[in-house]
Amino acid sequence: MAAGEELTLSSHIQHHLTNAKMCTVDGSVAFNKACSEVGFWTWHIDTLAWSIGLGLLFLWVFRSAAKKATTGVPGKFQCFIEMVVELVATNVKDTYHGSSKLIAPLALTIFVWVFLMNLMDLIPVDFLPAFAGFVGEQALGMDSHDVYMKIVPTTDVNLTAALAIGVFILMIGYSIRIKGVMGFIKELTLHPFSTKNVPLQIVLIPANLLLETIALVAKPFSLALRLFGNLYAGEMIFILIGAIGLAQLPLHFVWAVFHILVIVLQAFVFMMLTIVYLSMASSDNH
Amino acid sequence: MTLNATLLGELIAFAVFVLFCMKFVWPPLINAIEARQKKIADGLAASDRAEKDLALAQDKAKDQLKDAKAQAADIIDQAKKREAKMLDEAVHKANAERENILAIGRAELEAERNRLREELRKQVAALAVAGAEKILQRSIDEAAHSDILEKLVQEL
Repeated sequence: MAAGEELTLSSHIQHHLTNAKMCTVDGSVAFNKACSEVGFWTWHIDTLAWSIGLGLLFLWVFRSAAKKATTGVPGKFQCFIEMVVELVATNVKDTYHGSSKLIAPLALTIFVWVFLMNLMDLIPVDFLPAFAGFVGEQALGMDSHDVYMKIVPTTDVNLTAALAIGVFILMIGYSIRIKGVMGFIKELTLHPFSTKNVPLQIVLIPANLLLETIALVAKPFSLALRLFGNLYAGEMIFILIGAIGLAQLPLHFVWAVFHILVIVLQAFVFMMLTIVYLSMASSDNH
Repeated sequence: MTLNATLLGELIAFAVFVLFCMKFVWPPLINAIEARQKKIADGLAASDRAEKDLALAQDKAKDQLKDAKAQAADIIDQAKKREAKMLDEAVHKANAERENILAIGRAELEAERNRLREELRKQVAALAVAGAEKILQRSIDEAAHSDILEKLVQEL
């Protein structure tokens, strides 16, 4: 936002919604606009840095609680951590009826990690990008307008898609482990239209396969796009509110308070749906 | 918002986080929670048991107290009865003793009276003989009239 530069509202919003990119062009490292032609092998370094940083924060906090965990009277910190753990454990126990050592830690990781990433949304939208622009200008001699910084990783579809794909892989893995490869194929082809008449059943297989495949693939899509959409829209409104000057203060407060609900809810929903999908994948009764 | 290599990076990060959580975070926390839950459950059960034991002990103590009281009352009763009996016996004995002593006294008195009466009679006989001797002046032969004298003594 250098002085004198023409800055329209749409370019301001565009700037806020663009990730910092890194790629290799002709064997050397390139950033941002230079990467526009590279295609798939572009890395969103802000998304990666913030998400991995927050993930490490989660692991560090919970690991330090785990190391000091006592079966006696817990301290305040341990109590807080145990509340989160028990919330997750209760939901897993209520929803997932198999025995799996993976589901509960997976749910905990998703819940806390997604929550922390969503929480970045409550930091006023201009603070960190402006700070990054300042640092870029002063330390690296860049035009501050060329420094991009998107601090909410869950507004990057790459991250939500990665989470959803991770869950999707587990869904298929659990399906095959519990029901076997044939069981999984049968589930995809013999439902929802099933009959004892063999030739008719063969005719119905394509329809079944189509429906079941859509139902299966819709799950990760809905997971990824729900989280992404909610947070992206919330972020967008924060940016719009931030662009209207001093009048933003009450509006921003109201939207931020509402957003507290959204960020917890979205993290919880992602966790619950993960548990539900894996529970469906591991249950035999179709 | 196009998909790019970031997705792969995040996928790897996600997998690593979940594995780390599964190995080093979740088990110690959930174990601590479950162990504490068990501890608390055990403690509650123990306190329940202790309460029951206490109630039982109180009941027992009450019973024992009641028994002891009844026993004490019994003992006191018996003691009173025995006291009365002993008193009675003592009175009886004392009465009997008194009767006894009185009887002995009476018998002794009787014997003394009889002895005195015999002596008196002998002395009166002797006096009567002496008086008669004086009156008759030797006219009576003591040997010849001893039968009369004897008769006289008898009559006295």
